[in-house]
Amino acid sequence: MKEKTQVNDIDRSFYDFRNEDADAFKVDAGLTKDIVLEISKEKNDPDWMRELRLKCLDIYNSMEVPDWGPSLDALDIDNIFTYVRPNMRGMQNDWENVPKDIKDTFDRLGIPQAERKSLAGVGAQYDSEIVYHSIRDEAASKGVIYTDIESALKTEYADMIKERFMKVLPPTEHKFAALHGAVWSGGSFVYVPKGVKVDFPLQSYFRLNAKGAGQFEHTMIIVEEGASVHFIEGCSAPKYNVANLHVGAVELWVGKNATLRYSTIESWSKNMYNLNSKRAVVEEGGKIEWVSGSFGSHISYLYPMSVLNGKGARAEFTSVTFAGEGQNLDTGTKIVHNAEDTFSYVNTRSISKSGGINTFRSSVVIGPDAHGSKSSTSCESLMVDSISRSDTIPAMDVRCADADVGHEAKIGRISDETIFYLMSRGLSETEARALIVRGFADNVSKELPLEYAVEMNNLITIEMKGSIG
Amino acid sequence: MSKLLTVKGLKAEIEEKEILRGVDLEVGDGEVHVIMGPNGAGKSTLGSVIIGDPRFEITGGSIFFDGDDITGEDTDKIAKKGIFLTFQNPIEVPGITLGNFIKTSLEMITGERMKPSEFKKRLKETLEVLQMDPEYAERDLNVGFSGGEKKKAEILQLLMLRPKLAILDETDSGLDVDAVHIVSKGVEAYKKQVGGALIIITHSTRILEALKVDKTHILVDGKIVDDGDASLIDKINNEGFEAYIKE
Repeated sequence: MKEKTQVNDIDRSFYDFRNEDADAFKVDAGLTKDIVLEISKEKNDPDWMRELRLKCLDIYNSMEVPDWGPSLDALDIDNIFTYVRPNMRGMQNDWENVPKDIKDTFDRLGIPQAERKSLAGVGAQYDSEIVYHSIRDEAASKGVIYTDIESALKTEYADMIKERFMKVLPPTEHKFAALHGAVWSGGSFVYVPKGVKVDFPLQSYFRLNAKGAGQFEHTMIIVEEGASVHFIEGCSAPKYNVANLHVGAVELWVGKNATLRYSTIESWSKNMYNLNSKRAVVEEGGKIEWVSGSFGSHISYLYPMSVLNGKGARAEFTSVTFAGEGQNLDTGTKIVHNAEDTFSYVNTRSISKSGGINTFRSSVVIGPDAHGSKSSTSCESLMVDSISRSDTIPAMDVRCADADVGHEAKIGRISDETIFYLMSRGLSETEARALIVRGFADNVSKELPLEYAVEMNNLITIEMKGSIG
Repeated sequence: MSKLLTVKGLKAEIEEKEILRGVDLEVGDGEVHVIMGPNGAGKSTLGSVIIGDPRFEITGGSIFFDGDDITGEDTDKIAKKGIFLTFQNPIEVPGITLGNFIKTSLEMITGERMKPSEFKKRLKETLEVLQMDPEYAERDLNVGFSGGEKKKAEILQLLMLRPKLAILDETDSGLDVDAVHIVSKGVEAYKKQVGGALIIITHSTRILEALKVDKTHILVDGKIVDDGDASLIDKINNEGFEAYIKE
């Protein structure tokens, strides 16, 4: 019969289309001091930023490639174009001023439609630069800032950025944090003043179009006391037969009694190395909520971290990771409890199929002052067939006697009996498997706004069809 | 005229162990058949093989339904032709509600979209027949259901999907008296509303009291060893299967 749901109406070409290489400018492939200086000049960096880039380059050169996760041997920085400027100058706030091929790209991804319907602001990055940014008047009039970092550096927020840039996530953290610091470009700056609640989400979308390029966007979000905001990021790229690289950095500050929800739908193409870092610092009574659906990339290293610094601060981490053929996704989260009565809840699902590998690492640290803190982790893995793999590696470091730390892990396979049961009610085998996987991923889809939940279900359906067909 | 279901010389095995050793069975439109037999005779296997359980290999014979050869056909295609099997142990599937699952299933089987308002109305009426709280439809499919609730949920699907042939596999086992009563009311409603045929696989006769049984078959060691009318049920109740079991 004809499939009826909206979920099934698209195919992989939804993400896998590319535009002709019409870039105005790109640096040579590789990473040298000259290239870093060229990027700095191209971006009109203030002096301190140029110095920081060079310092980061030195740190990068002094550090080893991580050897404890999926192999990065096939990633050769000498072949990566670290900066690719699209064929336009300056960020726009009217889609009509964005070049047609770029605008069409975001149209196909549904960004302007979502902007009209349900978002308080939108940012769109194409290769190395933000090409479009907007914020609704209601939010802007309350003092909410949502722009790219380059633009914010030219405003009264310049000092705030200088004070905080790569402080939560220092370049010494790991080799790729240093790489990010050296060649970063684009990303978003969000500032929500004290007491302001932003009713609709802000969304940034990152599209990498250029073959062999890297994307190094930097996201800073500062939510002041008692304020709240929901930030959504989406990312995708067309597939190429060479390695592409994504090394973003996300630094978040959640003030006293403030709430930040940070949602990600990631569908990078399967030639992408996704070596992304995200970190949030949460003050007294504040709350960070991570919601994440990861479907793409060839190899991922991704472990968003929450540092609970104030009494009663909370972190919730909800994720779904889907590893299909040729994908090795090493993901997880780290939570550091530094104050009393802090609370964390980790609820993750990973799905492996057609030889895909999922490794989930969780790390919970309870510091000596975190009296009365609670942490609970629940991770479940589902292997759709017998050639896929799933590992769970929990770590707990508890330095306080009266804390309550729990961990629960489950690994399972889809049983033939379940498939038979669903097929006996008229579902095809593919539909039956997709239904089970969608149900399994329900923890995340129910946390997402409707259109993103639909998109995530689309992704699951696409992935499930991939090899069963 | 050919029968609704014709099973001829059906042989099936699992992991190289033969379970069905040449079963013949004919069920006409709207007829009620009862299959009885000792444990391990192959009763449940017969139900599963008719609806194409891939865990069994059909090694001989044929199954025709509604004029089509369905031997070795995919389970979902058989279901779409109008056969429904209730499971002894319905599977728990998190992430989809019972109500949404029935709607998906119904749309798969009929190939048509159903208006949500129309669906809701039918679901509500059917839940009432089974004295089920409407809240069940909002719960994830079979997740955390008691044994009795799972069986009722199976009958709910039977009534919603309206198949031409329903195979009830030990639907009454493990239920208390009240639950058996409700389930048999559901089966009665299926006869009345849909007029479909029934194959009832059972140990006991409690569920049969309100139904007019057309034929009874005794399955022993993978073969039908005796056929009769409803009176055969009483005979088995009094004498057991001993007479059929060869040393």
